[in-house]
Amino acid sequence: MTDMQQKASASTVPETGLNVPKRRRRPHPALVIVAGGILVVALTYVLPPFRNYQLATMGAYFCVTAGLTVLTGLNGQLSLGHGALMATGAYTLALTQNRWVNLPLSFAVAVLVTTAAGAVIGLAAARLRGPYLAGLTLAVAIVVPSVTSTFDETFNSDQGLSVILNPPPETIPMERWQAWLCWGAALVVVLLLALLIRGRFGRDLRAVRDDETAAKLAGINIARTQVLAFVVSAVCAGVAGALFAVLAQSVSPGAFPLTLSLFLVMAIVIGGLGSLFGALWGAVLLVLLPTLAQSVGEQTGSQQLEGNLALVVFGVVLVVVMLAAPGGLASIPSRISRLIRRNR
Amino acid sequence: MDRFIYLTFDGLSRGLVYAAFALALVLIWRAARIVNFAQGSMAVAAVYVAYSVTNATGSYWLGFVVALLAGLLLGVLVERVVMRFVDHSSPLNGVVVALGLVLVLQGTLGIVYGNEYQPVETPFSRDAFEVGGIAMLSRYDLFVFAAVGTVVVVLTLLFTRTAVGLRMRAAAFAPDVSRLLGVSVGGMLTLGWALAAAVGSLAGMLVVPTELGVHPTAMDVVFVSAFTAAVVGGLDSPIGAVVGGLVVGLLLSYVSGYIDVTVAPMAILALLVLVLLGKPGGLFSSSKARVA
Amino acid sequence: MTGALLQVDGLTAGYGAAPVLHDVGLTVQPGEIVAVLGANGAGKTTLLRTLSGLVRSSRGRVVFDGADLAGTKVEHLVRRGIAHVPEGRGVVTELTVDENLRLGGLWRRDRADARKALDEVYELFPSLAQRRGFAGHQLSGGERQMLALGRALVGRPRLLLLDEPSLGLAPKVTGQIMALLRDLRERTGLAVLLVEQNVRSALSIADEGVVLALGRVVARNRASVLRDDADLRHAYLGF
Repeated sequence: MTDMQQKASASTVPETGLNVPKRRRRPHPALVIVAGGILVVALTYVLPPFRNYQLATMGAYFCVTAGLTVLTGLNGQLSLGHGALMATGAYTLALTQNRWVNLPLSFAVAVLVTTAAGAVIGLAAARLRGPYLAGLTLAVAIVVPSVTSTFDETFNSDQGLSVILNPPPETIPMERWQAWLCWGAALVVVLLLALLIRGRFGRDLRAVRDDETAAKLAGINIARTQVLAFVVSAVCAGVAGALFAVLAQSVSPGAFPLTLSLFLVMAIVIGGLGSLFGALWGAVLLVLLPTLAQSVGEQTGSQQLEGNLALVVFGVVLVVVMLAAPGGLASIPSRISRLIRRNR
Repeated sequence: MDRFIYLTFDGLSRGLVYAAFALALVLIWRAARIVNFAQGSMAVAAVYVAYSVTNATGSYWLGFVVALLAGLLLGVLVERVVMRFVDHSSPLNGVVVALGLVLVLQGTLGIVYGNEYQPVETPFSRDAFEVGGIAMLSRYDLFVFAAVGTVVVVLTLLFTRTAVGLRMRAAAFAPDVSRLLGVSVGGMLTLGWALAAAVGSLAGMLVVPTELGVHPTAMDVVFVSAFTAAVVGGLDSPIGAVVGGLVVGLLLSYVSGYIDVTVAPMAILALLVLVLLGKPGGLFSSSKARVA
Repeated sequence: MTGALLQVDGLTAGYGAAPVLHDVGLTVQPGEIVAVLGANGAGKTTLLRTLSGLVRSSRGRVVFDGADLAGTKVEHLVRRGIAHVPEGRGVVTELTVDENLRLGGLWRRDRADARKALDEVYELFPSLAQRRGFAGHQLSGGERQMLALGRALVGRPRLLLLDEPSLGLAPKVTGQIMALLRDLRERTGLAVLLVEQNVRSALSIADEGVVLALGRVVARNRASVLRDDADLRHAYLGF
């Protein structure tokens, strides 16, 4: 944390387009997580089932946006392939679950497989920069339906697979249980990420993002840092994908289109690249905006509007945020305070 | 052997389309150092415009011309209204803004035209001629050869033989110096985007009828193929884009023909990984000249 | 001071908040060579970049040939008759010699005279004529300087803003370029605002000298006077 504070105090640090918003002292992450957990559990008793389902979806999104924030915001690697990594986690969970019907085991296997997938892509990614990396990960995102169709005996092409789940105890409604599961996973993932980026690893991530040459001179192994960042965020995506599989009780390529990957990028940009809190806002938006757009579509009675309005809104917000405030929405408070200070 | 010949012609025909699309990517990359990830969606928008015009008037050719004009206009708009204001301190910013445009365009097209594949007619038959009993290529393939050939020739002449082309190249390589010599660098940038978008639209018009039809995401896979083509040739090299396009087209045609069409995207990914890791500058990169 | 070609008063400019130039004033008469001298970081290059509009000025006035240059776009400067050869010469290394030279005349309406000016430049620099088809990056440092100068001359400017032409060149080549500038002034009445680290060669051809230190004008005088002012030379020019 100290280096961030130093950075914040040194006003000469050049403002890069993708910068980390700075904050004053924060409580220990574990406290925040526990408080968050209590809040979520309380919410699940108040909300109706459908809202609990949405809450659960937010938790699943939070996993992947948090991981992507570490990769893109802190380490400067843009991935358009996280939708594909989510698919990897989802399909792994479905296949394992349908054989052994053991959810913890299925999650463990999903984590292992996405670790491997993340390492493979990360090894390639560590040698690529900017648009080349974006293009490669885009190709990864595009390849999902191709894989499921080519190996259709395993993946059952476009139809996908259904996921066998042991029902939760009768006293707990399915949606509440799903919300607990998703938020339990999300909070563990985010706690681990928060602890990870507080330490030396977080410092290395930022150092590599800001200036590779300087980082190299400081003795940081750039390739290793980048691959690790990719693996970490791939695992987060894998967990999110596995949660999606549990939520929908099925997996299919249609659930992981290219737009999903683009939505994820939008979520972390709007959340203010680089802060886990921003990733939370991103996850909330990912659930709320489409719901909102859908209700507008329903009111106008236009089915075409229903599905597509969210895309337009997301796109417009993304472009406007990038042009007006490249640090994302979370950077706007600090921008305003800077403006006020300058005018004084 | 018959099949091989057929697949080769098919690959060359597809490859030229990818070449045209890759050329559009290279044009913008050279002018603005941005890989235009929105180019696929921009091309789809132009194809939809043509679709509407052709449906209303019954004339393919009117639609064709309007599509190119729409592409030109869209290129101008995207550069003037959005891309000009992107902060270039990080190369990610341009990419992210382009992705935002992808969402806007796909969403808008979905609202206006719906999310079903609409079949699009071709101006010429796609049935292959038989020469000596071997199916080789169709009238439509010939049309593709002619169209892309014309684009390549016109662009080559424009850049090497005209004052505007000289200005565009100078503005891309050395913006400040060019301004001091009276070149309107902003104008050249807009022109570059317009030209690239028109060429991208042409590629869209050529490729969409040969696949499932027009759909808001119809160009996603084409974009990745063309990006791969541009990377194979080196993002800086127009000749490389053409060669890269042909390589990608042939690869896709052989893979689809001998294995299965569903394998094609995986083959593209494999080629992209190979080139990026083996020769990231591409086969025709002029990066040596740029460093000097 | 009526009839000055370039009149600069109270010019303050820089990058960001802190100005590099403070209250700079100078005058260039038609056909005059004025040398801008000073140590590294004195603001010489920034002065030229501000004059041509590449750097925004926060205060001050620049009048060229009786017209205020405020608000003139960089790309319109050349039409007014001002050619700026930037630091590092600004040869577009990806383009050929011929393309670089043609670029210098593209803005001109009078195509016939632009072609004529191009031929004159080839006559002036025979070594460039031999290398028409060579790319800029294939040229030597001296050839690049000639190309940059020649490209400026294709526009038939009345004022040349020349930034460090001697940088990285052998003394003999530097001498040739200085001689050429003097010759051009005699023949065409070209005025030159010459930024130089190489004080000796700059003062050898200049009529006037302006000494900058930390962005301020610390001396303005006849070149011959500056040459003989030992105190000034020791204090600001280091010889």
